[in-house]
Amino acid sequence: MFFLVLVPLLPLLGSALLTLSEGRLAPRLVAFVGVGSVGLSALVATLIAIAFLTGPDQHLTITLWQWIRIGSFAPTVSLYLDPLSLVMMLIVTIIGSLILLYAVDFMAGDEGYSRFFAYMDLFVAAMLLLVLAGDLLALYVGWEGVGLCSYLLIGFWYQDPANGLAARKAFIVTRVGDTGFILGLLLLFTQLHTLQIQPLLAQAQTSWAVSSLPATLAAALVLTGAVGKSAQVPLQTWLPDAMAGPTPVSALIHAATMVTAGVYLIARTHTLFTLAPAVLAAVGVIGTITLLISAFAALNQTDIKRILAYSTVSQIGYMFLALGLGAWGAAIFHLMVHAFFKALLFLAAGAITMRLHHEHNIFRMGGLARRLPLAFWSFLIGSASLAALPLITAGFYSKDAILAAAWAPGGAARLLWLGGIVTAFVTALYIFRAVFVVFFGTAKTEPSGRYSWRVAVPLTLLSVLALGGGLVETPPVLGDITLFSRLLAPVFPTAPPPAPVMLILFTAVISLLGLGLAYTLYWRIGPRFAAWANAPPITAFRTFFAEGWAFDALYHQLVVAPFLALVSANHADIIDRFYTGIAWTCRWLHRRLGAQQTGQIRWYASWIAAGSVVTIAVAVLR
Amino acid sequence: MNGRRSIFIPFSHEERAMSTTFYIAAAVAVLATLLTITRANGVHALLYLIVSLLAVALVFYTLGAGFAAALEVIIYAGAIMVLFVFVVMMLNLGEKAAGREATWIAPQIWIGPSILSAVLALQLLLTLAHQKAWPMAQHAVPPREVGIVLFGPYLLCIELASMLLLAALVAAYHIAHSERSITS
Amino acid sequence: MMTVPLQHALYLAIVLFALGVTGVLVRRNLLFILMSIEIMLNAAGLAFITAAARWGQADGQVMFLFVLSLAAAEVSVGLALIIRIRHRLTTLDADAANLMHG
Repeated sequence: MFFLVLVPLLPLLGSALLTLSEGRLAPRLVAFVGVGSVGLSALVATLIAIAFLTGPDQHLTITLWQWIRIGSFAPTVSLYLDPLSLVMMLIVTIIGSLILLYAVDFMAGDEGYSRFFAYMDLFVAAMLLLVLAGDLLALYVGWEGVGLCSYLLIGFWYQDPANGLAARKAFIVTRVGDTGFILGLLLLFTQLHTLQIQPLLAQAQTSWAVSSLPATLAAALVLTGAVGKSAQVPLQTWLPDAMAGPTPVSALIHAATMVTAGVYLIARTHTLFTLAPAVLAAVGVIGTITLLISAFAALNQTDIKRILAYSTVSQIGYMFLALGLGAWGAAIFHLMVHAFFKALLFLAAGAITMRLHHEHNIFRMGGLARRLPLAFWSFLIGSASLAALPLITAGFYSKDAILAAAWAPGGAARLLWLGGIVTAFVTALYIFRAVFVVFFGTAKTEPSGRYSWRVAVPLTLLSVLALGGGLVETPPVLGDITLFSRLLAPVFPTAPPPAPVMLILFTAVISLLGLGLAYTLYWRIGPRFAAWANAPPITAFRTFFAEGWAFDALYHQLVVAPFLALVSANHADIIDRFYTGIAWTCRWLHRRLGAQQTGQIRWYASWIAAGSVVTIAVAVLR
Repeated sequence: MNGRRSIFIPFSHEERAMSTTFYIAAAVAVLATLLTITRANGVHALLYLIVSLLAVALVFYTLGAGFAAALEVIIYAGAIMVLFVFVVMMLNLGEKAAGREATWIAPQIWIGPSILSAVLALQLLLTLAHQKAWPMAQHAVPPREVGIVLFGPYLLCIELASMLLLAALVAAYHIAHSERSITS
Repeated sequence: MMTVPLQHALYLAIVLFALGVTGVLVRRNLLFILMSIEIMLNAAGLAFITAAARWGQADGQVMFLFVLSLAAAEVSVGLALIIRIRHRLTTLDADAANLMHG
């Protein structure tokens, strides 16, 4: 089972090879190394999964080496395999290799081709370290690694300053969360004296009472890290701007894997959160608020990638909602299904833009159903799964599990359920708005070129998964398959409550209603609705929603503007004066001392006399 | 020698005469030195210096070091100062030089160095001021004793001194040679 | 023999030395600087002789002899240098000989 090390190691080696060769390798070789390392890692992961599932162990810890040893602070670099990290590992490697295969065509001809694959491989390695880490510090290393790669890949086309700005924004906003996370780690270590995850959680359960202050504080700090990385309110502003990166980057990092790291973190440390019910409630509330806000924002976007970005934020809000209700298994189920259909949607969107000379505005597309059939069907399947169309899509089962978990406790949780239902409606509405605007109607831009197998295969495979991936966990009335929850039972012992039939029907009806409304507004009465929507009072609302409910403006006022004012007040750079002052003093001293070398005998003789006076004085006075 | 002897017991005429001679010679030496460093004319200054050296030779005699006194007169005043005079005359400084020299020693230039050397002198004087009076040895040191010591323990130093003088001779010859012969 | 306390002889040496130092620092003509150096050497020799008189030994006078030969050597080389400087710089101004400035 030591082969587990290979899983993060292979992409890391691939990345190292591509970095060191610095673009001197031929593109085919670059693609081979870049995709091959992750593909090989996926193969190894699959074999390990088979061995693990058929074997007796419920979990596996491999300690690689002792990282630091200072007194009682002794973090190790260790890998921990249990069903949860198994699922995450498979998602990252398999979807990662499909996306990288697609990227071979998407990024072809780009001058940063080798750099792209180097960064992507590094990202996959860091993400695998994150999900496989058995020690919180090793997890944090992976956490930071994915943040770094996200920055590098968002700003991939660095010649355009706007991309650099987006990259910096992403990094800085997640940094706010990361700071909370590291503070949480410090608190956990100082209170519980270990950072190895399983011993730490066991220690927390015995040492801390429910709702005690250290537990609440630690959980809250870990939550800030998750909120930052997963782009939830209030740290969600970076994800829409992160669409400045290439589409494969958006697909892998900002849809399927990195942004779900927060969800994984909370699921992994869930015993800590059960010790802090207040924080857990906050998780649910944050999730609900986020999913509502971003769904309305997605409804008013014109850039196809930004629609998908807000959609991602919204869907992760669903996962947070599930976590907040204690339905850990449902959250991970939705994470997996979301990875399938969101990656599919992004790749399909990228496929469209590839053939349309990188046109992103949906109102400049149209009528592509006949012209780009592969992209059409892929996008349609992805949209159906996202909208949770009943029975045939995977999204239906996962969203249902979450809404059932929201309904079951009753009381205040019903409010969260209401938010979830409303958003389900809006989700169907916005995604089918995109479908109808992009694929139906008159074509405004003609596509060119054709697709190769490297684009077709990932799209097809992901479509299959987006449709059938939900069949591992179905409600009792629809087959009662509980494969997934049984797989995760060692990690999450409590099973989610079964969904009542009425609820399932209601959810199905809601999503179909959303589809119907989209069909009506954007297809049937398209032009009349567009005219109404573009009238002045409505556009004010629409702009407010489209700009993410003015969060960016708020942060600009609260944080950016004061900072810039401070910087301009410090225009003369007072702080730097200290350092330049040191240099200036040295130079001044040099000039003064240099002036002492006049070359004149009497001057030197005077100094010798003065020196001897001082020396004798010292000798005399002693 | 015992420190209990008090200082001014008027012993004999001879002792008193020697003491008086000492003080007079000291005064002359100081005055002559002062005049040396304040003259603008080179030859005048040298002559004053010779006077100072002769006065110091007398001081040596009163201290019982007759041989040193003779050496001072013969070698210092007689050879070294004469060398100086030769060079001054050779360089032929003239009246113009004397005028310029006078501007170079304007009174305000004296302030700083005077303070410096006054402080130095004061320090050294202060170190000696707290000591009890040192009595002098009761006998003068004749040349015979100097000779014995010189060719006894200090023989090596004599040889080194002679080597030093040889080196100085060669160096002075070489340096003072005219430029044309050296480069040819 | 003399009954003067020997401190007074040392005082004389100190005063002569101080005058010599003043001469070195004040005068600009190289010859005068050399002269002042001679004054200082002479004062040092006086100090040696005083020490010899204190103990009644000949070592002080021997030291004085060496100081004398040293002064002779130094004066000859120094004067040779002064002659060369005069040839080169056509002046005996010590401040003019400052090519080694920093």
